[in-house]
Amino acid sequence: MSDLRELYQDLIIDHSKRPRNFRALEGADRQLDGYNPLCGDKVTVYVDLEDDRVKDISFQGSGCAISTASASVMTESLKGKTLAEAEALFVIFHDLVTGKPPGSGKTPELGKLAVFSGVSEFPARVKCATLAWHTLHAILQGAGETVSTE
Amino acid sequence: MKAVSDLLTASGQIDARRSFDVKKIRQDFPILNRQVHGQPLVYLDNAATSQKPQVVIETLNTYYMAENANIHRGVHFLSEQATRRYEETRAKVRHFLNAAADREIIFTRSVTEAINLVAHSYGRKYLQTGDEIIISAMEHHSNIVPWQILCEEKGAVLRVVPINDAGEFLINAYEKLLNRKTKFVAVTHVSNALGSITPIRQIIEMAHRYEIPVLVDGAQAVPHFQVDVQELDCDFYGFSGHKLYGPTGIGILYGKAHLLESMPPYQGGGDMIRSVTFEKTIYAPLPHKFEAGTPHIAGGIGLGAAIDYLEAIGMDAINQYEQGLLAYGMEVVAAIPGVRIYGTAHEKAGVISFALEGVHPHDIGTILDQEGIAIRTGHHCCQPLMDRFGVPAMARASLAFYNTQEEIDALVAGIQKVKEVFG
Repeated sequence: MSDLRELYQDLIIDHSKRPRNFRALEGADRQLDGYNPLCGDKVTVYVDLEDDRVKDISFQGSGCAISTASASVMTESLKGKTLAEAEALFVIFHDLVTGKPPGSGKTPELGKLAVFSGVSEFPARVKCATLAWHTLHAILQGAGETVSTE
Repeated sequence: MKAVSDLLTASGQIDARRSFDVKKIRQDFPILNRQVHGQPLVYLDNAATSQKPQVVIETLNTYYMAENANIHRGVHFLSEQATRRYEETRAKVRHFLNAAADREIIFTRSVTEAINLVAHSYGRKYLQTGDEIIISAMEHHSNIVPWQILCEEKGAVLRVVPINDAGEFLINAYEKLLNRKTKFVAVTHVSNALGSITPIRQIIEMAHRYEIPVLVDGAQAVPHFQVDVQELDCDFYGFSGHKLYGPTGIGILYGKAHLLESMPPYQGGGDMIRSVTFEKTIYAPLPHKFEAGTPHIAGGIGLGAAIDYLEAIGMDAINQYEQGLLAYGMEVVAAIPGVRIYGTAHEKAGVISFALEGVHPHDIGTILDQEGIAIRTGHHCCQPLMDRFGVPAMARASLAFYNTQEEIDALVAGIQKVKEVFG
């Protein structure tokens, strides 16, 4: 049960039941679909930009508790960040959930994202935690097609 | 094999009702003794693949330790022995399915390959633009995609028989779909996601009124009850060895001899020829025409051992025990507040698919796994079926004859734990 509690922390359960920024952004500057064909999880990430800052960010979709909570916390963490900061957060989040030691360079604070550290003990669930992030990453890279975890 | 031989009475016959002793059966499956995450393994993912009895594992081991040789080509002792044992399996499968002749039994990699073989060989030869192929709404992707590929190539049309909310094949809708343009019917015998048993005899009989051949996907049927292809009068029947307590990588296609004979080869290569020159190749007769290249010899022989094992217990005894376990499981899982069962067909086998209100199946799967309970979560290679029920995924517990009532109780306790975690 201890491992389970590491994974399903209260904050994750809370965000999975009451996801924040769970809406479509009308006329968003950028939006992209992410899809995990293995489990059928789907997410659409919407981003509004002001200069090189994330002015607003939201998501919609259906998925498990881990993927929903991850998308929800991601939107909270990225609002107001510059594109470079967002990209840096993507990298350290990815390292966090795949169990890689954090990089040595100057990295932004993890904040709430730290609750996802338990995911690294559950390799089958890494894709759940990273679906929304991979979709965001593709948006930042200027991708135009649906992102797949496969 | 010890536990099974203990079941034999003096006359060598098994009295199924009195002597089905699941504790003894479990001793035949070494993996059932192991623990997962510090808990005894509760393996309820049998529809994905079944566990292997000791006798199958030993057969594979002995083959590679002492008997390995290529088949159908050597004059030496080992090659002749391997050939004989491989061909003995063909005879065992013929007997297991009650086919009319050994040459109607084709070895494949899996039921997927069996279906692809028929779509490719029969379909390409006999289907034309505007022809129709009928499948059902609860097919596995392996009985959808090969037909879609064929339809795309030939300009044929795929028709889908709907199911009701209980997950039952709608025979009246099927009857309406059948017409002079229908050239093939491919339907599952048992749904892998819902467990529904289709009215296959009736499906075949109706198709035959129009002289339409029928392929039956038997992957989820043969592990649970006796199948008699002559009694069904199906034209093709496929199954996979690994769901039948045998090795992975070996499957079976049964086909009526006159159909198989009329069909062109599926793949070219060694073993499927009688003579080759650069001008012309003469194909081997059945069944070898459809068996190009060195096959999975160990897998075939291992499948033979699995069939021997099952027949010693008796498919009727297995079915009877499993039906009791399924009825118990359906009742106790359905009784958990917040659980919705998918697949409540009157006739079903082996599968309890469910959802828990407010919890995604993947989260159910992870939490049960921590309790040592293996179930399948996801779309079960049946995305159109998930769409039919308006869900992205389901949780599925699937049974084998080595599962017990205590394991069902562990599943129920596990689902209660999921509810605790999600408060």
